[in-house]
Amino acid sequence: MSEYILDVTDVDKNFGGLRALSDINLRVKEGTVHAIIGPNGAGKSTLLNVIVGRLTPNRGRVLLGDQVLTGKHPYEINQLGVARVFQTPEIFPELSLLQNVMVPAFAKRDGEFKMGFLKSLFAEKEIREQAEHLLEDVGLIEHQDQIASSMSRGDKRRLELAMCLGQHPKLFLLDEPTAGMSRHDTNRTIELLQRIKERGMTKVIIEHDMHVVFSLADRISVLAQGAIICEGTPEEVRNDPRVKEAYLGGEAV
Amino acid sequence: MTHTKIASPKQDILYMAILSAVVLTMPIWLQPFGAAYPDLMQKFMIFGIFAIGYNILFGLTGYLSFGHAAFLGVGSYTAVWSFKLLSMNVIPALIFGTVLSGLFALAIGFVSLRRSGIYFSILTLAFAQMSYNLAYSVLTPITNGETGLQLTQGDARVLDRMAGIQADASLPTPNLFGIEGIGYSGFYICAALMLISFFIYLRIFRSPFGLKLRAIKSNQNRMGYTGYNTRPYLMTAFVISGMYAGLAGSLLAVTDPLAGAERMQWTASGEVVLITILGGVGTLIGPLLGAGIIKYFENILSAFNDSVLQNAFSFLPDWLAHGLASVLGLFVGDGWHLTLGLVFMLIVIFLPGGIMEGISRLWRLVSSSASSTDDKEKEQPSTKEA
Repeated sequence: MSEYILDVTDVDKNFGGLRALSDINLRVKEGTVHAIIGPNGAGKSTLLNVIVGRLTPNRGRVLLGDQVLTGKHPYEINQLGVARVFQTPEIFPELSLLQNVMVPAFAKRDGEFKMGFLKSLFAEKEIREQAEHLLEDVGLIEHQDQIASSMSRGDKRRLELAMCLGQHPKLFLLDEPTAGMSRHDTNRTIELLQRIKERGMTKVIIEHDMHVVFSLADRISVLAQGAIICEGTPEEVRNDPRVKEAYLGGEAV
Repeated sequence: MTHTKIASPKQDILYMAILSAVVLTMPIWLQPFGAAYPDLMQKFMIFGIFAIGYNILFGLTGYLSFGHAAFLGVGSYTAVWSFKLLSMNVIPALIFGTVLSGLFALAIGFVSLRRSGIYFSILTLAFAQMSYNLAYSVLTPITNGETGLQLTQGDARVLDRMAGIQADASLPTPNLFGIEGIGYSGFYICAALMLISFFIYLRIFRSPFGLKLRAIKSNQNRMGYTGYNTRPYLMTAFVISGMYAGLAGSLLAVTDPLAGAERMQWTASGEVVLITILGGVGTLIGPLLGAGIIKYFENILSAFNDSVLQNAFSFLPDWLAHGLASVLGLFVGDGWHLTLGLVFMLIVIFLPGGIMEGISRLWRLVSSSASSTDDKEKEQPSTKEA
């Protein structure tokens, strides 16, 4: 029905007296990459938290296709097809890389709860192969039996990407996927994200690194002080005077 | 702890075969240790079941319950009632004991699992103490209070009477179609049940369900954003471990048909935590080792007294023997808990992964020194699940 996969309408979020988000409207077309940029404290992560159900908005609603996400639990929202990578990688540190990728694959196949405790993990060939394939995709296959906590930060991020990709989400939210990465790792991640883009997965990406934003995004929204001040193609946003002001004006004060 | 390679079913069959051989030959190889008497070996098996069940909850999900003795108690009371009302056969006793504990765990878990971390621990502790106090006083008609629930000559034993089994002058003993629940036959009943329990426990460890439980322990936040409703998983683990405790409790009643409230006290709940940590939380075999070691030393050390010690030191000058005996005497006999406390402290400080960590460290030491002397042998990091 709707041509937009993500439809955020009139969302407000207050923390006590602080208005973190005011009157946010955001529409993301299926198969596109939508970047959200803005200075620190603009409310970017808060917006993602509202979409994935960690926070409930004070006003407004969030739709995924035709389904209402507002008021649902994070696990329900994930089951509907929203996956997210975090600013600091949220992985399973005590499990091996392969197991890390298998757990989300099981969630995709089995749903939010399934007993089946007499079945052997060894017999789950399909899931294992799928997990190995994903690790290959992100270039971590040779470490598949290593414990996740022993990996570098960049590797953990790529692991988290693999975990989310295994769920084939309709909407993939990325919160600063290259923060704190070396140039080399950043380029590898961009390459990886570009490859995923070709598969037609819709992505919303928060990023500080303009290099990343301009090489990936189809559309950009600029968030400042909890409000969207400008939206358009990368070219339009680059030339918008309000964007320059939001970034530079904040620093000048 | 390394849980990396996914174990194949063949490895597990080997695992079970070795464990069965070790357990069933216990009456032979425990003789040099002076532990080959049935009462103690039954305890090894029963507390082994209790501890592996506890490890399903604590080891896999990381939820530290401080109230598992309540399920042990419920299992015991139920089993004794089954002996009194239905039959001296152990099968109904074990089934009712396990099922009722499971239901009890469902109720306690429903409330306690609303919280995690320390609040979960305190809630379970509160429930267990409530159960203990109820059993001790208010529920005297069911539990026989302070005296404990015992068999009597005049018990109904409906099924036995229907089958034409009449009680003679002495009290009947629990039996499995004539195989008595005491002595060596009692040990083998316990051992068989322990092996069955262990097999199920092994399957849980190796299943996708077990992997998800471990993932909950590792990062519950991520589980939510990965589409899992964690509450039913935790609930299932809690009920399963409650049923294991119930089975252990019923077996305590099978080997000695009386049930007292002290079985539900917090010290009993603490004991299973101790056993699991001592052996190695989250490891497969650790809790069994922990149970064996604690029960062994409880029996050996608490049997020592001052005169035994004085005899042991009789080769020394009198004043020295006296002094040593009186110092060491603090750590044995009734004071064996002092030894246990010291050992526990040392383990937690130096080997947080318990005895299993000690074993795997030793293993690495041996295998690395072996590979350094033998250049041909390539060193491979051990990734097998202990």
